[in-house]
Amino acid sequence: MNLQLVLEQFLNGAQLGVTLFLMAAGLTLIFGIMNLVNLAHGSFYMAGAYLAVTFYRWTGSLVLGALLALPATLLVGVVIEVVALRTLYERDHLDQVLATFGLILFFNELIAIIWGRVGLFINLPDWLSGSVQFGAAFAYPLYRLVIIAIGVVVAVALWYVVARTRLGMLVRAGASNRTMVAALGVNIRLLYTLVFGLGAALAGLAGAMAAPIYAVQPGMGDPVLIQAFVVIAIGGIGSIRGALAGALIVGMVDTLGRAFLKPALATLISPPAAQSAGPALASMLVYLLMAAVLALRPAGLFPARGR
Amino acid sequence: MMRIVSRTLAAALLAAAFAAQPAAAADKLRIGFITTLSGPTGIIGKHMKDSVELALEQLHGKVGGLDTEVIFGDDQFKPDVGLQVAEKMVKDDKVQFVSGIIWSNVMLAVAPSVTEQGVFMIGTNAGPHELAGSQCSRLFFTTSWQNDQTPEAMGEYLQKQGVNDVYLMAPNYAAGKDMLTGFKRYFKGRIADEVYTKLGQQDYQAEISQLRAKNPKAVFVFYPGAMGINFIRQYDQAGLRGKIPLYSSFTVDDTTLPALGDSAIGLWSSGYWSSELDNAANREYVSAFRKKYSYTPSFYGAEAYDGIMLIDAAVRAVKGNLADKAGLIKALDQAKYASTRGHYTYNVNHFPIENFYLLRAEKGPHGVVMKVEGTIFKDHKDSYYQECKMK
Repeated sequence: MNLQLVLEQFLNGAQLGVTLFLMAAGLTLIFGIMNLVNLAHGSFYMAGAYLAVTFYRWTGSLVLGALLALPATLLVGVVIEVVALRTLYERDHLDQVLATFGLILFFNELIAIIWGRVGLFINLPDWLSGSVQFGAAFAYPLYRLVIIAIGVVVAVALWYVVARTRLGMLVRAGASNRTMVAALGVNIRLLYTLVFGLGAALAGLAGAMAAPIYAVQPGMGDPVLIQAFVVIAIGGIGSIRGALAGALIVGMVDTLGRAFLKPALATLISPPAAQSAGPALASMLVYLLMAAVLALRPAGLFPARGR
Repeated sequence: MMRIVSRTLAAALLAAAFAAQPAAAADKLRIGFITTLSGPTGIIGKHMKDSVELALEQLHGKVGGLDTEVIFGDDQFKPDVGLQVAEKMVKDDKVQFVSGIIWSNVMLAVAPSVTEQGVFMIGTNAGPHELAGSQCSRLFFTTSWQNDQTPEAMGEYLQKQGVNDVYLMAPNYAAGKDMLTGFKRYFKGRIADEVYTKLGQQDYQAEISQLRAKNPKAVFVFYPGAMGINFIRQYDQAGLRGKIPLYSSFTVDDTTLPALGDSAIGLWSSGYWSSELDNAANREYVSAFRKKYSYTPSFYGAEAYDGIMLIDAAVRAVKGNLADKAGLIKALDQAKYASTRGHYTYNVNHFPIENFYLLRAEKGPHGVVMKVEGTIFKDHKDSYYQECKMK
């Protein structure tokens, strides 16, 4: 174990954290402002990936493909909100879970019908593949650094919109006290649709960036969705700051756990025991963390104030 | 008067219909084929179904000379669903043969149930060691192999090459552990590390970083389906494909090569079959398959095709008399058909004794395919047949 490896794992954790942030930011806004449990958020991630692949095939350019996938995913989000979700705002959370779970199944099959079940792939263009040299012998994939960079840019942009613009003010007010905002004459319907579309677009961006490195296939959004819910539970529902903190924490804990838990355990218990216990514990680690956070701070680390 | 005539006529017609039925039922061959047709692993089921339909087409709809009906069932990768499907096939559809099954957990649920009801089970992929050993059955035959044999071949190859410091990775579940156990049964060199990852994990960057830090001489992995696509592509993107040779079982094959593309070139694998295997039956199968479906068949397809051809040869040998179970067992055991792998014989546990080849992914006129680079095991027996009580 050396400094170089630790540094590399930190970068891995940051990259995972950034992907999770993009998913969690949209999810927390939707949950916080609209009080809507949206299990179909993973489907927007999947839609973003598939649309990126399709546009890449049309245009031949990865960047153009990803850029086109964003408004396309936003459109998908808006359509779903208007058609399927409008009636659910007043309903119980369990009804929302049932309905959006149905949407997951619907999307998985729709994707399989349109694009087939075989995993799709896109190759990274030459200027994005390859590694960046850090010091003498440590090289890190360039594309993953690009993902981290894009994530940081989006986080800053999101902060600016939420903290410094009128729309952001409405979003923060809605997260704090929805009824009051509606009573003050704001077009709450339009706000909801915009927020939902924005959340879907963020998830689509995460999916589009993931397309070159993960298998693009039906159901690819489901594991990411579960992690996103863990992130917002840890970070606090309705707060972007919480989503960022939660995402980075989960990204780091998961990555470093997978990498270093087994060697760490091997110093305490026998190596064969660490062999089986290590991976099992590493996959549980994030959920143990969530349980611990919720036990100490039930509203999460950075909850949106008021209700 | 008319009433008596019409009633007698009706009775006579009914009697004729009932009398006709058993005879018609015996003339028709019904095969139940269970595979996974939905979900992310549905691609494997597609390969198998396409192969079975090709076999039926080539036999002009008559397996063993009898009119044949193949009933396809979807186990959805779940043992309880597979069992339900099998029960329906045996009880309602009255099939004489149940075939197929990709997954060992489904096979362990279905095979004993089918054979206990006196129906033949012709497995075409799953080869759990229980069915090769203590739970072997007269009515169970497989056209694939025992699960451990493929990683055993890879282990044997690396042992013979004198490679040390091999890094092992697999998902943390029964098959993953079995694969690495099979590898270590024949590989006795130094193992750099043995890493188990979460089943269904998508991002392997953390594990790849660890691997790179350990700097092994070779890597052996078992990552089926989407896990393999993710791992192989990320391995390639980390720049390791050309640096540390990667060996695998069931990770780089014709179901994943379309998604892997160039990121698989140069990677090694082992198997009993390849689309490039050079014998007459295989050349015909692969070209007919490519012509009909426009993609390269995988070993899943080849073993499903062999399953139908095996049943065909056996039914022909008993001249269509499906009631002659003893004769069918004898005929199946002789495996007198042109298998896509070439000639093979059956061991006492009804698992094939066959060759295992060293395969390497290379670019050819049909895209990236698994080229045969050599033979690792000739007439290899599995490690469990001595536990089988049949002789």
